[in-house]
Amino acid sequence: MPRGEATIGRVLAQIAMVMNLDKCIGCHTCSVTCKQTWTNRTGVEYAWFNNVETKPGVGYPRRYEDQQQWKGGWMLDKRGRLVLRSGGRVKRLLSLFSNPDLPGIEDYYEPVTYDYDNLVNAPAGPDLPVARPRSVLTGEPTSITWGANWEDSLGGAPEHAGGDPNLTGEWAEKVRFEFEQTFLFHLPRLCEHCLNPACVSACPSGAMYKRTEDGIVLVDQDRCRGWRMCVTACPYKKVYVNHATGKAEKCTFCFPRIEAGQPTVCSETCVGRLRYLGLLLYDADRVGEAAATPDEKDLLDAQRDVFLDPRDPEVIAAARESGIPEDWLAAARRSPVYDLVSRYKVALPLHPEYRTLPMVWYVPPLSPVLDAVGAAGGNSDDPDHVFAAVTRLRIPLEYLAELFTAGDTDVVAGVLMKLTALRSYMRERSLGEAGDDTALKAVGLTAREAEDLHRLLAVAKYADRYVVPAAHKEDAAALSAMENRCPVESSGEPSGADGRRVSLGIPTLRRRAPEAPAGGRP
Amino acid sequence: MNAADLLLWVAVPYICLAVFAVGHVRRYRQDQFGWTSRTSQLLEHRWLRWGSPLFHLGAFMVIAGHVVGLAVPASWTEAAGISEHAYHTTAVWAGSVAGVAMVAGLGMLCARRLLTRRIRLGTDRSDKLLFPLLSATVVLGITATAAHNVFGGGYDYRSTVSVWFRGLFTLQPQPEAISGAPLLFQLHALTACLLFAAWPFTRLVHVWSAPVGYLVRPYLVYRRRAGAQAPAGGPTRKLSPEPGGRPAR
Repeated sequence: MPRGEATIGRVLAQIAMVMNLDKCIGCHTCSVTCKQTWTNRTGVEYAWFNNVETKPGVGYPRRYEDQQQWKGGWMLDKRGRLVLRSGGRVKRLLSLFSNPDLPGIEDYYEPVTYDYDNLVNAPAGPDLPVARPRSVLTGEPTSITWGANWEDSLGGAPEHAGGDPNLTGEWAEKVRFEFEQTFLFHLPRLCEHCLNPACVSACPSGAMYKRTEDGIVLVDQDRCRGWRMCVTACPYKKVYVNHATGKAEKCTFCFPRIEAGQPTVCSETCVGRLRYLGLLLYDADRVGEAAATPDEKDLLDAQRDVFLDPRDPEVIAAARESGIPEDWLAAARRSPVYDLVSRYKVALPLHPEYRTLPMVWYVPPLSPVLDAVGAAGGNSDDPDHVFAAVTRLRIPLEYLAELFTAGDTDVVAGVLMKLTALRSYMRERSLGEAGDDTALKAVGLTAREAEDLHRLLAVAKYADRYVVPAAHKEDAAALSAMENRCPVESSGEPSGADGRRVSLGIPTLRRRAPEAPAGGRP
Repeated sequence: MNAADLLLWVAVPYICLAVFAVGHVRRYRQDQFGWTSRTSQLLEHRWLRWGSPLFHLGAFMVIAGHVVGLAVPASWTEAAGISEHAYHTTAVWAGSVAGVAMVAGLGMLCARRLLTRRIRLGTDRSDKLLFPLLSATVVLGITATAAHNVFGGGYDYRSTVSVWFRGLFTLQPQPEAISGAPLLFQLHALTACLLFAAWPFTRLVHVWSAPVGYLVRPYLVYRRRAGAQAPAGGPTRKLSPEPGGRPAR
């Protein structure tokens, strides 16, 4: 629907992320730095606010994408109304006593630590001492049988990867996990900070909320009562129960950093520089309508229609009306996320069919296709070969469509062709040739746009990748009050007069297992 | 009436009620972060799946039965046209079903807490007080009913225990009303008093957070950032955080 016909409602700003999957090498630096920052505590040993999965694969927690089993996200009922898949309000309250759709710790994995002490304290003997694994939950020796990235780079794929819920339909039977015939890519995942968050809608206490200023979805630790409905409702399974505090925790989009104008920890430390952060302006009054789009395959366009062009004078006027400050509007105009999502349309949302309108988008990977072109004896630099391959190589394409476009292969093929055309054009240009723009025209890019998109995808510097406006000064008096103190405090300590500390929810009564090893933390 | 009766049936109940009231106010104001059901479903769900609904639904029926039995005088039910026999039969049958459900559920919850190592290690001091106290109260209650009203000759607690109970709240305590009751009823009443005193310091506080408001609130919750000032004509429903609220995770 062209903008201008409909009037613009409440304009809100959201910090959104795009990841360019072709650049992800699966190093897990994002996961590790996130863990060190947020979840290296008792109660959330098993939780990874950011994790990197290998696809195809069952993911973390196991088969989380199977919503027939886990009942995450939204669906349309018989009358076309948007309802939570886990049931209505009454049903949710009736399942407070025992949530039938809550993953158990075994669906994640049993967190372990090691007998590190044994390495230095073992008596002298003929054998090297070893550090054996012990369960963090029970303190007893255990064997490690699963983990958050157990299937890294298709490890164990012949045995497990067939359980990937995306491998449905006839085409899936052709997916092979033999070394020469398979394909893989890495998928870093964190909370999607959705426009229509199912976790927020399922929270009986009203403890979860979406911030109006930047769209970050958070759990109010003081109001969470541990009803654990959010875990079920989130189709990405990115809300976790802290089993020591009995409260829900989730990715915070590193809000203390975002408020200070810095990128999230996962973005900051991304080795492949594949993450982009920027503002998206959206029309909050049209979120419900977009999420209730009848055909799943139209959800992508419906969500793009909710986003507003930050250069449109009407949008700017409406945004001012809604109280969005000028520097945020300026940041929205420089947003790399807007360019990738709406201007060049090369980024796609993860599982739009969950109808939560997720806000972490992905540039789909071209590498599985290029690998296949090379394997078939084609020239992966020739757009004709690759265009043909994109459509002929059904398997990766259908798989990507299952992840990013609710099964619409044409959209994924369009994006991959755009990336191929760009790659071949820029290759010619950088070899000193004029550049043949027929392929560019076929995918709807001008030479100038191609240069621009190439810069954004290939050479963008820190300041171009992360356009994060700081929280507003007049709002930030409370923020500065925090600067002089340690932000990590436990629940037992008295609250500051301003009540503005960032508590990491360390329980007063820590689990004390006398037989737990004194070694390091998991 | 002697000093022991006064102590047991007037002083102890009032002290327990005072601790109950003051403890709740204090904890609600100081410890929102600890105010939770302390769910352990993540670590163990096979026993919980049956035990928890059985216990909770049984508890609701048992509480309703106690409200009727203790708060409503016999003269009122008779005025409503319910004969003593009809009342007694209903009370025994409904009470037995509720009691058995609650005991079975609580038994399963205690069993998983004792037998599942993950859960046992996560059991804190308040649980170590709560589980035995709650179990004692429930078991004494169902034993008293079984011994006197199901298999025994019948004991009309409505003319004794109930009178004492109502006397506490009308500020006309009648310790003599309960001092002659059978030992099981007396013990049940005392453990119940202690349970009320312990209530605000245990996970039982989650009872007061039963999320009935969820039935009517809008699905999507927006909030301004803690500490942010709302601009004039702010764009959204304003749901300001609790005063002194903790910034969230």
